Amino acid sequence: MSQTATAEAAPTTISKSDAWYPTSQRDMYVVKQLVTKDFKLKYRRSVLGIAWSVLNPLLMMCVQAVVFTKLMSRHDQTIPNFPIYLILGNTAWHLMSDATNRGMESIIHAQSLLKKVRINRWVFPVQKVLFAVVNYVFSLAAVALVMAIFRWTLGPWALLVPLGILYLTVFCIGLSLLLSSLAVFFRDVIHLWGVVLTAWMYLTPLFYSVTILPDWMQSVMRFNPMYLYITFIRRCLLWKMNPGLLVHGGCIAWALVMLGIGYAVFRKTEDRFILFI
Amino acid sequence: MGNEIIRTNEPGTIYVDDVTMTFNIAKEQFNSLKEYFIAMTRHELKFKPFHALKNISFSVEKGESVGLVGTNGSGKSTMLKIIAGVLSPSEGKVTVNGNIAPLIELGAGFDRELTARENIYLNGALLGYRKEFIDENFGRIVEFAELQKFMDMPLKNYSSGMVARIAFSIATITEPDLLIVDEALSVGDKFFREKCEARISELVNSKNVTVLFVSHNVEQMKRVCERCIWIEKGDMRMDGPSDVVAEAYSNMKR
Repeated sequence: MSQTATAEAAPTTISKSDAWYPTSQRDMYVVKQLVTKDFKLKYRRSVLGIAWSVLNPLLMMCVQAVVFTKLMSRHDQTIPNFPIYLILGNTAWHLMSDATNRGMESIIHAQSLLKKVRINRWVFPVQKVLFAVVNYVFSLAAVALVMAIFRWTLGPWALLVPLGILYLTVFCIGLSLLLSSLAVFFRDVIHLWGVVLTAWMYLTPLFYSVTILPDWMQSVMRFNPMYLYITFIRRCLLWKMNPGLLVHGGCIAWALVMLGIGYAVFRKTEDRFILFI
Repeated sequence: MGNEIIRTNEPGTIYVDDVTMTFNIAKEQFNSLKEYFIAMTRHELKFKPFHALKNISFSVEKGESVGLVGTNGSGKSTMLKIIAGVLSPSEGKVTVNGNIAPLIELGAGFDRELTARENIYLNGALLGYRKEFIDENFGRIVEFAELQKFMDMPLKNYSSGMVARIAFSIATITEPDLLIVDEALSVGDKFFREKCEARISELVNSKNVTVLFVSHNVEQMKRVCERCIWIEKGDMRMDGPSDVVAEAYSNMKR
């Protein structure tokens, strides 16, 4: 490695061995760089910047609390604190919808890269999900704020919350892998997913209690993955209880099944992506 | 191509075995499920197969510099993309060993909203560079591109020539095992083009870097490459010393 002093001369080459990551480590650094990029771009030129990640769920909760408190509280005594109930459900829901919406279009948006650089394609949907998770973690500051206002203490089960977030993240990665590959071949999926998300949101007890539903719907609800993930987090933080074996098992099962399906579809189709983007 | 070559896993070697690339050109373009299903139920899904490459085989040893020539649409870029790992061949197999620095459409992988500084890190990551390596060599990358004053400007304010400068500079700051140059040098001003060519020649002469080069400038090709492969309408026409192939290619044109 001989460094010459002349600046304008062609650069001398540095020993090659320490220039590159081994192939196995590259993906993680790329994911990190892409998440950083998204994060920088999201808040560039915004006055409040990162504060929006906190303000947004907070304002949303206020609106819903005003509208729904009258409607709900008389029906249901099982919810100990309605605003906390709301914000926990909303933020977790937002994580999923944000992650899948971004993940779904990730391959299409990465087309200029995919056409020129060899790169593991799963990096893009996974990166978008992780970006949504980062945003979610910031929105937990809003949750903390609401809990502080109501002097809501943390029970020992709060320690399980990271586990719940992990399950939900895996679920979102699976779903994003699936959606991103479908969206490459049929752009309709993008429009359809918007409708599915809206319907799914109303079918998930975000601003109502599951107990107001008829019995048969309550049993169907046990198979709604988002209900399971949100129940997991609410039980840990709001009811301060063990999420329970059933919820735990359901969360894990959905995460693994979704990851399995998403991964299988993605691997099967990824070689043909480039012909369609 | 009958003679057996001893194959190694040495970085910088390329083995292309009987590669065929077929694109199914749909007679109609389907962009929605509805259209697709309607056509499918009517059995109207017709495809016209187009062979961009037909049974191409060659191998490149470490340190060789190989040019690809051929008229427009002959499959040169398809070949480069298969070697770069971006496309997978329909048939046949391609083995590429080592780190690849692709200079295919300079500036791919840049985000126009980010500053040049941020883009250097992003692009470095995509090439597989270590973070510490970029940290250490950031100054040299900027210096080679001669854009010291513009580092904190968003890339959208850059001209295409300036973008090309940065892209070239990142990809060639160290010795990759394989450098793929696809008409990249046609952008940028005369001085930078000369600088780029000098840098590529330097990499060629180091004998550590395998260079694959596509250019329509036959003279430049002869200067940079010792060997040339002529692909014409998907067929391999010729493979040999660059002046011989370049000569034959130029004569064909007339």
